[in-house]
Amino acid sequence: MDDLLREFLVETNESLDVVDAELVRFEQEPDNADILDNIFRLVHTIKGTCGFLGLPRLEALAHAAEALMSRFRDGTMPVTGEAVTLILFTVDRVKEILSELEKHQREPEGADADLIRSLERMADRGGADAARPAQWMRGSREDALDELERAFRETPGPVSAAAAAEPRDAEHEAPAVQKDDEDEHESKIASQSIRVGVDTLEGLMTMVSELVLTRNQLLDIVRRQGDSEFKVPLQRLSNVTAELQDGVMRTRMQPIGKAWQKLPRIVRDLATELGKDIELELHGADTELDRQVLERIKDPLAHMVRNSADHGLEPAAERVAAGKPEKGTIRLSAYHEGGHIIIGVADDGRGLDTARIREKALAAGLATEADLDKMTEPQIQNFIFAPGFSTARIVTSVSGRGVGMDVVRNNIDQIGGSIDVHSVRGQGLSFTIKIPLTLAIVSALIVEAGGERFAIPQLAVVELVRVNKNSEHRIERIKDAAVLRLRNELLPLVGLASLLKLGDSKAIPDKGFIVVVRVGAQTFGVMVDSVFHTEEIVVKPMASKLRRIGMFSGNTILGDGSVILIIDPNGVSQAVGVSSAAAAGEQAGDDHEDRIAEADKVSLLVFRAGSPQLKAVPLSLVTRLEEIDCETIEVSDGRRMVQYRGHLMPLVHIGDEDRAKRDGVQPLLVFADSDRSVGLAVDEIVDIVEDKLDIQVASDRPGVLGSAVVRGQATEIVDVGHFLPLAYTDWFRRKDAATRKRECSLLLVDDSAFFRNMLMPVLKAAGYAVTAVAGAHEALALLKQGRAFDVLVTDIDMPGMDGFALAEAVRGEPRFQDMPVIALSSIGSPEAIERGRRAGFHDYVAKFDRQSLIAALKEQTAGTIQAA
Amino acid sequence: MTTTANSSEQLATEYVTVTVGDHLFGLPISRVQDVFVPDRLTRVPLAPPEVAGILNLRGRVVTSIDMRSCLDFASSEPGTQAMAVGIEWRGESYGLLVDSVGEVIALHDSDCEGKPANLDSRLSRVADGVYRLEGQLLIVLNVDRVLDIKNGAIAA
Repeated sequence: MDDLLREFLVETNESLDVVDAELVRFEQEPDNADILDNIFRLVHTIKGTCGFLGLPRLEALAHAAEALMSRFRDGTMPVTGEAVTLILFTVDRVKEILSELEKHQREPEGADADLIRSLERMADRGGADAARPAQWMRGSREDALDELERAFRETPGPVSAAAAAEPRDAEHEAPAVQKDDEDEHESKIASQSIRVGVDTLEGLMTMVSELVLTRNQLLDIVRRQGDSEFKVPLQRLSNVTAELQDGVMRTRMQPIGKAWQKLPRIVRDLATELGKDIELELHGADTELDRQVLERIKDPLAHMVRNSADHGLEPAAERVAAGKPEKGTIRLSAYHEGGHIIIGVADDGRGLDTARIREKALAAGLATEADLDKMTEPQIQNFIFAPGFSTARIVTSVSGRGVGMDVVRNNIDQIGGSIDVHSVRGQGLSFTIKIPLTLAIVSALIVEAGGERFAIPQLAVVELVRVNKNSEHRIERIKDAAVLRLRNELLPLVGLASLLKLGDSKAIPDKGFIVVVRVGAQTFGVMVDSVFHTEEIVVKPMASKLRRIGMFSGNTILGDGSVILIIDPNGVSQAVGVSSAAAAGEQAGDDHEDRIAEADKVSLLVFRAGSPQLKAVPLSLVTRLEEIDCETIEVSDGRRMVQYRGHLMPLVHIGDEDRAKRDGVQPLLVFADSDRSVGLAVDEIVDIVEDKLDIQVASDRPGVLGSAVVRGQATEIVDVGHFLPLAYTDWFRRKDAATRKRECSLLLVDDSAFFRNMLMPVLKAAGYAVTAVAGAHEALALLKQGRAFDVLVTDIDMPGMDGFALAEAVRGEPRFQDMPVIALSSIGSPEAIERGRRAGFHDYVAKFDRQSLIAALKEQTAGTIQAA
Repeated sequence: MTTTANSSEQLATEYVTVTVGDHLFGLPISRVQDVFVPDRLTRVPLAPPEVAGILNLRGRVVTSIDMRSCLDFASSEPGTQAMAVGIEWRGESYGLLVDSVGEVIALHDSDCEGKPANLDSRLSRVADGVYRLEGQLLIVLNVDRVLDIKNGAIAA
């Protein structure tokens, strides 16, 4: 193809996508002259280029659209939905012609007289009947066109020619006037960026991957040789390689907004077609991710948005009847977390109909009645990802043809991501997608099983547990199935060696390491013989012959030159099978009652540090327990730290650091937050107990919240919030506070002084101005006094007026209707959550789950911050 | 059946000769990328029996095919399969593990005879023909069929 033509096609397609999105925006903000100018400029450029390349059909269309828009611009015609629809049609027609042009390298035969005539007529009609339109926007497109056609036929002919001629003149002058600053604007952009072929970037990436491998090999050789003159230059080479890798990776990064570009248009068209009023909110459009990943999630996202618009959101009347705003909302959000990007697609529609899913799953033979009875609601909801599953009663042109969420999940699986669904009937549906930032280079844990080494992508690894016969975590057996009791969960275990048929024994040994892996909603343990380290690996695809094994997602060359296989957690999860899903369901059902009975109880980790006095922290705050050899502790910058999972982890001490252990084994409580961790060095870990936490004597000492009776002994409750900032001064602040422009005011209601004390510093550090009160009545009194808060966080179980009642009371006041209310509770049952939603809670967070609380707050106050 | 013409203008093909289980095989030289000593083979669990493993050859991951298993010969004692012939197939790198690699010989196409009807089915599938060399038979291997494991050897 002619270079010129190719360039034209690329550029024009890009421009048209922008025009699409901008037009929809423009329709909502008809007074925004900047948007119109931008659209006008793009269309004008397209017209000009078409003329230059000798593409008369395109030129005529672009010209007619431009003429109509020039009427908006000079104010002689108000912006109507009708007119915008017509222009969008024109854009579609142009796209059709472009795709033909791409195939055959010339404009297809055909005439656009109809469309051009409509455009001209519209421009001609101008303001005359502009007051009337909009209402047919709700009808289907065909109706709209028919009505237009009729209108055109009724108008006498010759006028149109004159009218068409007139805007042409007007428009000739207009662009000339602003030509100068237009050029300036363009040249500025041009000088800052250049267009590079994707192939070139792909090539670069491959080369860098090879370089990383070679570098790893060299490092390995030098490590084995000990002192060598290569060491220093190699270190530099290593750093440069890392930077190069980073740089090349960045060239492949694109904002996710690019995948969202087409969505406003899709939603607008759907809204028109379905007669619904839909608002599309996009948060975090500038979050960047790898081009390759972006391409893979584009279609799934569009599909999910379509689903939400079609099935999720109810028709206006139904919404009003359900007490919801007439306008439905679909919200997309994206943000980075560690090496992953988290994308959320949520709507406030009717949510999933679990009963119907159950029915369908049964009818489709996906599960038996007995299986289904054992499953929890989320497990049943997960059936929407099964192939050929659609709950739509009516098959519409938009969705509901049974190809859907299974394809979405497949696409996401293929890029090593996971998708979770969360739905509350009548309140809405939300999907959370977690995907790696890039596919080419991933961080992986190297393990050994059956005498072979394997890589497990770090993305799927939740934690590592070491087991032996006498350790705290023990492998238990239910008949032949091995399980691990880990905190509140019962994990099914698979032996990697037996799964891969390495060696003869099918039995799972009693000691070794368990890699806890999460795939979607399923968590299970993979038993391995030993664990080495994490390494950045370059993923190479499996040979076509080996692809259908299903257990491996690829292979890689390690630093020592050997090839190892990369385990595909999805494949393993499938092998673990439905049986374990059923087992987990049973388990969840069984301990449900216990959980309510023990709602007030908290798991506490009891330890000694600095003094013989017993100390305790809530177990849920602790990420892991570790024991390290004191000799591995290094001192750097005057601080003690250890190398942990490839990173430096600072250690903090309770009490006097000089008295810290110098030899032997040092037990650590590891607290982690995304990619950082800190180790709290303690003398001895005593026990994990479940007890009611009741702080009886508050403390003024920093680092201690107060004293409580735990298992009959006086115990100091340690304030973790005090120690973490000792390691990283910006521990709580960094990501949350950095982006915050103004402080959000937050009202915290909790009858327990312990929780108020624990949460206040956390929330403050996250950038909220916190007011804490001890009861619902106090909270209501404050609100009645006219104090305004951006968000309300309340405990559920409180004496007197409880959290549900408070939420209902707040909802009752029109003034506070928009204030998000987040519930804190130790009861995490689906029923309680459901009840919370009904009472008007916007979100429901477990009491000790600091990260979820911050995330929920961030989400609920996103609007406030943007508005600020 | 075959004419024993000696004209030098006749079409000839060069073959890399290899031995597998005491038999002599010929691989068209146009299909052979390189010959190397396989080192540090990584086993692939759950793979078809013909796949001996994968290895790193100058930064490329090469899938190795055990020719003995492929041709239904008794598997060798470890260490005897000393050589590998590198083949590029559908954009991927493969290595055929053989007992030894011999010389390259040029043979006239017209000298090639059809494979005997009573040949072992597995051997028959991958053989294109037979040459009668002095004192020995050379079986011409069809590389594509050797590598087309999925549709053939396993089912057979």
